[in-house]
Amino acid sequence: MPPAVAVHGLAKRYRGVVALDGATWSASPGRVTAVLGPNGAGKTTMVECCEGLRRPDVGEVRVLGADPWRASADHRARVGVMLQDGGLPNSARPLPLLRHLSSLYAAPADLEGDGGLVARLGIGAFGGTSVRRLSGGQRQRVALAAALVGRPEVAFLDEPSAGLDPHARLDVWDLVREVADAGAAVVLTTHSFEEAERLADHIVVVAAGRVVAEGTLAEVTAGERLEDRYFALTRKAVA
Amino acid sequence: MTTAAAPARTRVLSQARFEAITLLRNGEQLLVAVVLPVAVLVGLVSTTGISVGSGRRVDLVVPGVLALCVISSAFTGQAISVGFDRRYGVLRLLGVSPLGRTGLLAAKATAVLSVIGLQLAVLGGVGLALGWAPVWSGVPVAVVSVLLGTWAFVALALLLGGTLRAEGVLALANLVWLVLLALGGVVVAGSELPGRFGPVVALLPSAALGDSLRVALVHGSVSLSDWGVLVVWGVLATALARRLFRWSD
Repeated sequence: MPPAVAVHGLAKRYRGVVALDGATWSASPGRVTAVLGPNGAGKTTMVECCEGLRRPDVGEVRVLGADPWRASADHRARVGVMLQDGGLPNSARPLPLLRHLSSLYAAPADLEGDGGLVARLGIGAFGGTSVRRLSGGQRQRVALAAALVGRPEVAFLDEPSAGLDPHARLDVWDLVREVADAGAAVVLTTHSFEEAERLADHIVVVAAGRVVAEGTLAEVTAGERLEDRYFALTRKAVA
Repeated sequence: MTTAAAPARTRVLSQARFEAITLLRNGEQLLVAVVLPVAVLVGLVSTTGISVGSGRRVDLVVPGVLALCVISSAFTGQAISVGFDRRYGVLRLLGVSPLGRTGLLAAKATAVLSVIGLQLAVLGGVGLALGWAPVWSGVPVAVVSVLLGTWAFVALALLLGGTLRAEGVLALANLVWLVLLALGGVVVAGSELPGRFGPVVALLPSAALGDSLRVALVHGSVSLSDWGVLVVWGVLATALARRLFRWSD
């Protein structure tokens, strides 16, 4: 099966400062791909290029076979995005917001049914509270639901379980696993080794704008602990 | 490729409805959009301390208050909502959703025009109750003025909301509204302000909108120079907003 996300030789500079320096990696359908790397390594820029939010200076990005920059509405409907800053209007209430977002899709996911996103993520309890009054973890869950409401074939999730309590984190992991098992390519950025070890089928380690390791957990760790391997890989690149 | 997005019309209308409801649910926004214009209308009609020109007071005040409504929603309301949506990443998220950037702009235009339509109906109704007797043949001309004014002020709102920090936008958008109300030739025509203000005020989009509505609804005629002023502001602000607008904070 061809990769759902293919990034080749991606480079990006901001006013002369190198953010990405020839990154190459891919993500496959039905798999969870975890992108790990220190702050400032270029993870966010890389994912934003895949989402069509930024245009690469050099290199090629293909998502579901298309160039995400200025992609069509149908392409955007097949790609779900959870941004780090949430992207939720402050005065909106979660349920009306999610109902509205689901109206943008031809065949949206079950939202308010028994096994729907609202029930799975426990959003009902605060569905009528305005976003500005929600806790960080509650916003996080609404943002995840917003990313999945269109039943995406590719989902980009920026630190989906950051700031969640252990129960909510398990719920999120179960849901992410299920989305991937149903055939979607899930790309998540994370700082959590536990999240990568428990959830990821495929790991991409980024440091100083380059991909310094890519493969299955076993391939990347080569018998060591992920944490140790990560520090060895990223220290070397930074130095 | 399969059809994964809802039809474009559905997307735009859905977003427009969502934006309009958000605007109408916002208390501060409702204050600036409806409550304060009604207060200005009732206040100016029932007092005589401020000169509004020669003619029936209510006939001169209502067109100005309608202009004030346009400025509230098209400029102040839009600048603030764009400034904060930008801050919270809403513009980015909607940009990568099936709605997209073009759809978002179309939805905002639809939402603003719907809210302005509602404001004009409410304020026009209050005006009629206070004895307003417009020249009805001037209504089509007034509609053109409202559309040109909406364009110019939304473009200015995007220029402000798309470039400054959200807090700066909030402060400036409200301040500008207040200054235009007092000195911008909106409800009190530039000709009624102290002499040295006159020539400068005539070149402001606020005065052009207020004057063209007064000319239309008091005399039933067209003021091409005022339309010209609105078009120039619209073109300049659109061009600048296109160059300078930033989708993220």
